[in-house]
Amino acid sequence: MLVLEKNNLTEEIELFASQYDFHRTALMPLLEYIQEKYHHIPDFAQQEVARVLDIHPVEVYGVISFYSFLNDQPKGRNIVRLCRTIICDMAGKCQIEQAIERELGLKFGETSKDQKITLEFTNCLGMCDQGPAMIVNDRVYTKLDPEKACAILKEIK
Amino acid sequence: MHNDIVNTIHESSLLFSNYEAGSGIKKALEMGRDDILFELKASKLKGRGGAGFPTSTKWMLVAAATGADKFIICNADEGEPGTFKDRVLLMNAPFLILDGMVVGGYTVGAAHGYIYLRGEYVYMRQFLEDCLNEMREKNLLGNNICGKEGFNFDISIVMGAGAYVCGEETALIESLEGQRGEPRNRPPYPVNTGLCGAPTTVNNVETLAAVPHIILMGGEKYAERGTSASSGSKLFSISGDCEKPGVYELNWGITINELLAKVGAYNTKAVQVGGASGICIPKSKFDRKLAYEDVATGGSIMIFNESRKMLHVLKNFMEFFVEESCGQCTPCRIGNQKLLEGVEMIEKNQYTFAHINNLKELGETMKVASKCGLGQSSPNPFLSILEDFKEEIFHAKSDGVYK
Ligand SMILES: Cc1cc2nc3c(=O)[nH]c(=O)nc-3n(C[C@H](O)[C@H](O)[C@H](O)COP(=O)(O)O)c2cc1C
Ligand code: SF4
Ligand code: FES
Repeated sequence: MLVLEKNNLTEEIELFASQYDFHRTALMPLLEYIQEKYHHIPDFAQQEVARVLDIHPVEVYGVISFYSFLNDQPKGRNIVRLCRTIICDMAGKCQIEQAIERELGLKFGETSKDQKITLEFTNCLGMCDQGPAMIVNDRVYTKLDPEKACAILKEIK
Repeated sequence: MHNDIVNTIHESSLLFSNYEAGSGIKKALEMGRDDILFELKASKLKGRGGAGFPTSTKWMLVAAATGADKFIICNADEGEPGTFKDRVLLMNAPFLILDGMVVGGYTVGAAHGYIYLRGEYVYMRQFLEDCLNEMREKNLLGNNICGKEGFNFDISIVMGAGAYVCGEETALIESLEGQRGEPRNRPPYPVNTGLCGAPTTVNNVETLAAVPHIILMGGEKYAERGTSASSGSKLFSISGDCEKPGVYELNWGITINELLAKVGAYNTKAVQVGGASGICIPKSKFDRKLAYEDVATGGSIMIFNESRKMLHVLKNFMEFFVEESCGQCTPCRIGNQKLLEGVEMIEKNQYTFAHINNLKELGETMKVASKCGLGQSSPNPFLSILEDFKEEIFHAKSDGVYK
């Protein structure tokens, strides 16, 4: 990270935390904010968050490592989460998984070299009446078939 | 709001019927707090999140607790596999839930409410924020709500971040406090020591949605539906092998057979009631009733037809628990792994009955020794599927139908 970027980030963190009077309840929303903007929560951000909220950096790391939507290592700019729970599984999740892996030349659990895309599995998305389902970033896609799923992933930048 | 999601409601008798936003709040504010608690008690409403604790008792405890701050939390973490009724409620009847929270805030004396929305539902966030702003404009939120001197109440939305266990109420509170979502020991219960140590009521989305209706129609009228121990209507999330999956609002007490007929399910072999942590009901027991006194459920109903392999279903559930256990206590952290290994051994035909019996005992131990509901209920599918489908799993020939 460049010094300028670091300064910006510090300012953002301070501003965000001030809306919560620097109380610890700011932690989750703050981490989600950083995650959304930078696609991960870099070491420097963790330290700044800890300093601003007056807690130990290990506490911040502990929270990040607990939640599957927060991560300290860079992931792709786009995160694809395919539901692996039983109802989507019965509706054809495996065919979709294989089609996506073939089309992108990337396995689930991996990030593409150009950092464009990360493929992950997730548990029930609450779309079981219209599975197979996946989330791409914040958007849900339902009633997938292999062709539709691949077309959706072709579209993303 | 989101064109890829279809909210199919097949039957609705109450929750999705016409409701004028704000009317429940206005009526409640004309009543005393005791009157509201009285109506709730008469309605015999029980929590719809799974545990089925009487809502009036919970609210009464918080109302009676002393403390400068009190909180009401709407549990919209809906992570149980097979459940999606809260999504449909939040998208189709948001004011019912929000009004229920305001009434709850008034009743227990809270000045602030939180909606803990699962991270996967982030697409709803802006829509819900807009609803909250609309309420603020109409003075249904804010200071001196609807002219009621001294009643100030507001609601904020907090997002989860992909952890099933955060649906457990004390883990949810930890998460709101900016901690790892690890369940706490209970007691003390949140009604005494909840968010930031303050008395707190945590209620499921559907529980809160019932409240405005109860206020408007009266508790006794509400209790006319359902059975004597399970009053009112319930939303069921129906998925799996059937023609008409979706949400059904039905009165408690319906049998599984009746339900299967409604949803167009044929050749049904098994019904998983209550999600992954629920139990699996075989065909021979389809005359059992869905009710707190018989088969209790938070509303997840997953249907499996004759072509499904129950061992595969069980494996999927056990993988779920291994992934979602918070790892805080040993029976759950190690126990679920052992149960999953057992399933894999059966799959590969490398098991002994002695070992399987040991695992069943382990399952029983997990039920009593785990710290929270996750580990206490995760052996349920293991125990019920291995018992009720043992012929399919252990006796079928390798070239038989159940390959
Ligand atoms: C592992 C686990 C997950 C849970 N997930 C949810 C959930 O997603 N939504 C919910 O309302 N309750 C969930 N609960 C139940 C809550 O702990 C709590 O009982 C409920 O929110 C209380 O609300 P109610 O009385 O209105 O049902 C879960 C419990 C456990 C043990
Ligand atoms: S039972 Fe499981 S989820 Fe619950 S506290 Fe123990 S390890 Fe965590
Ligand atoms: S099982 Fe895939 S959304 Fe529920």
